[in-house]
Amino acid sequence: MATGTQIEVVMPQMGVSVSEGTITKWLKQPGEAVAQDEALLEISTDKVDTEVPSPGDGIVSEILVGEGQTVEVGTVLAVIAPAGSAVGAPAPVESAPAAPTPEATPPAPLAAAPSGSEPQSPQAPPAVGAPAGNGRTFVSPVVARIASEHGVDPTAVPGTGTGGRVTKKDILAYIESGAQAPAVVPAAAAPAAPVPPAPAAPAPPTAVKPAAPAPASAPLQQGEAQEPMTAMRRGVMEHMRRSLDTSAHVTSAMEVDMSKIVAARERLKKEYQSAYGVNPTYLAFVAHATVETLRDYPWINAEIRGESIVTRPWVNLGIAVALEDGKGLIVPVIRNAQDLNLLGMARGIADLAARARTKKLLPDDVQGGTFTITNPGGFGTFHGTPIISQPQVGILGTYALVKRPWVVQDELGQDVIAIRPLMNVTLTYDHRLVDGAYSGGFLRDLRERLEGWEQTD
Amino acid sequence: MPEKTYLQAISDGLRQELRHDQRVFVLGEDVGVYGGAFKVTQGFQEEFGPWRVIDMPLSETAIVAGATGAALMGMRPVAEMQFADFVSCAWDHLVTVAAKQHYRAGTPIPIVLRLPSGGGFSGGPFHSQNPESSFAHIPGLKVVCPATPADAKGLLVSAIEDANPVLFFEHKHLYRRIKGEVPDERYSIPFGKARTHRDGDEIVVVTWGAMVYTASDAADVLEQDGVSVEVLDLRTLIPWDREAVLEAARRTSKVLVLHEDTRTGGFGAEIAATIAEEAFEYLDGPVKRIAAPDTPVPFSPPLEQAFIPQVDDVVAGLRHLAAY
Repeated sequence: MATGTQIEVVMPQMGVSVSEGTITKWLKQPGEAVAQDEALLEISTDKVDTEVPSPGDGIVSEILVGEGQTVEVGTVLAVIAPAGSAVGAPAPVESAPAAPTPEATPPAPLAAAPSGSEPQSPQAPPAVGAPAGNGRTFVSPVVARIASEHGVDPTAVPGTGTGGRVTKKDILAYIESGAQAPAVVPAAAAPAAPVPPAPAAPAPPTAVKPAAPAPASAPLQQGEAQEPMTAMRRGVMEHMRRSLDTSAHVTSAMEVDMSKIVAARERLKKEYQSAYGVNPTYLAFVAHATVETLRDYPWINAEIRGESIVTRPWVNLGIAVALEDGKGLIVPVIRNAQDLNLLGMARGIADLAARARTKKLLPDDVQGGTFTITNPGGFGTFHGTPIISQPQVGILGTYALVKRPWVVQDELGQDVIAIRPLMNVTLTYDHRLVDGAYSGGFLRDLRERLEGWEQTD
Repeated sequence: MPEKTYLQAISDGLRQELRHDQRVFVLGEDVGVYGGAFKVTQGFQEEFGPWRVIDMPLSETAIVAGATGAALMGMRPVAEMQFADFVSCAWDHLVTVAAKQHYRAGTPIPIVLRLPSGGGFSGGPFHSQNPESSFAHIPGLKVVCPATPADAKGLLVSAIEDANPVLFFEHKHLYRRIKGEVPDERYSIPFGKARTHRDGDEIVVVTWGAMVYTASDAADVLEQDGVSVEVLDLRTLIPWDREAVLEAARRTSKVLVLHEDTRTGGFGAEIAATIAEEAFEYLDGPVKRIAAPDTPVPFSPPLEQAFIPQVDDVVAGLRHLAAY
């Protein structure tokens, strides 16, 4: 099945509304062989990170778009020449400019990553047998089993399979070579794992981003366990760091008397459940009131783009959803939340949460958010300082609803202590754009909406 | 031990059974005077007479239905289809009646259908098929696909002795091409026991019928690459030797399933699925299938060659797995 002609690799369409993507990493460099369907590069579209498989067999002859650059769907990213054809020394590809062009729509902060990745310019392709990745992308079932039986970290084994994958042969040879003392207790690492004595010791994994917080090659200590990071984890890791590096986070908190909401919910619960099969959660009430309030505070529903401030008349409301095992976070988006009544909001939240937990979200579901709500209150937490989902400028936190003694006025205008259901809400905002007074106004109005809840919908 | 062709081994084995057991008789189109489409029963009518070697009218339905009735009355009929393709004419009697009779009424149906199958000689879409998976799917039927002369004889004996309807697929391309040592004495080879055609420990090819030789030639090429490939010949598909396949899958961690039948719904899918279920934690690569494409078998020699898996195709598949 020799391919006689060159194959062009193009930026794939990752979702209906996705028009562009950012190259986060080239897994193959010019001159390297690549097989059909083998991972060729990693791209990032907003929150979904994915690998792009090679469309054919051959040798990467040219990389046309460098890491960190954002291009439109359909743009040619690389050329794959048929195996055996001569591949000229590639010209180094320019990485993304330090600052994004003003009209570029992608999140500005993306430019931070590529500058650090310049050292892995294609001029120095990695040694044969130690390509980038080194099996980090995929550990086969048998390798995983052997690794756990012998307490070996598969990522420490030099891989000779496709894309540097660690094969069964590789890990058996590694164990046999004594690189890892056979452990009697499964998963217990040998006391001091020496450097693998393989003839061509792999270069320190080039895959690790310079910005990675800890050196990935630190040997495991007795009793420590290691597991590869999922793409989602990597995405969260990168995003959280980038957000803190980008925005000036400030958090303000407000106590809200939820008496009327509790009453309204009691009233609506049965009807919603029986007529619509939807639970009117507190989150739905808060989300509805938040969207209403955002109308009066467009800068909290805004974005800093280059040197300008972008506001919009709609609210695409992100709802942070934890995966069921608590290891993983995704922020699906309710589009045009300003058009939804309470029922619509409750439905939207239930639908997104269900699909997020069953992994049925589409790339479009996690894109284009303009403001986010996170709700860690289910665990009883009463305060927090969430991190903003870039490129937004605000995130609302909602916390545990607790009964507290509260000073209210009775019908005679006298202060009395009453038992009231209280909820704390926080607004974390990007102080580059939003100031304390503006955010305080937002929280005050939000509280008034919730405390004075009168809608019947 | 004498060397015999695959065809001679079947012929001699069948003759031995006719001599050994008076209940055994042969029926089919042109099996008597003419000696069979491929001359498997040549000389049988002279030796056993027209009542034990019966020329039937041109009706596969009548042949299978007649064999079923005779089996119900205690006989051990061995029916020949001129080509395996034609057994579909008798689908109803085979699948609805013969396969279910024992379940419904407790009466065994010990019939054998000899089915010359397979392509490689420009026989076109009606004379080249490998319909084994269609029948492997029917509970109550047994499916046998011998690859060697010795297996063909020993498995035919087991087929005749078996209390169930047995479909005995004889690969036409092997009839006169393959020779091997075949014991003269009567012997049987049990169903459900795979045979290691070629030893190896890095990849196993699971296959049957004529593809055993294709796999073996491909394994020779891989040996020059320094890759050790085992070829496991299933011999029978129903029952099939799950233990041997799973043992080889666990030992080698890489499996290629090869068959001449078309891909979708082929028996290879059952094997691959079983490996995925039972040996997942032992796999070091995807379970790969090589099979014919989902089209009728073409007449044109170059097209037929492109259709039937060739040594080069298997070599490419093995190299892919070896490099994975």
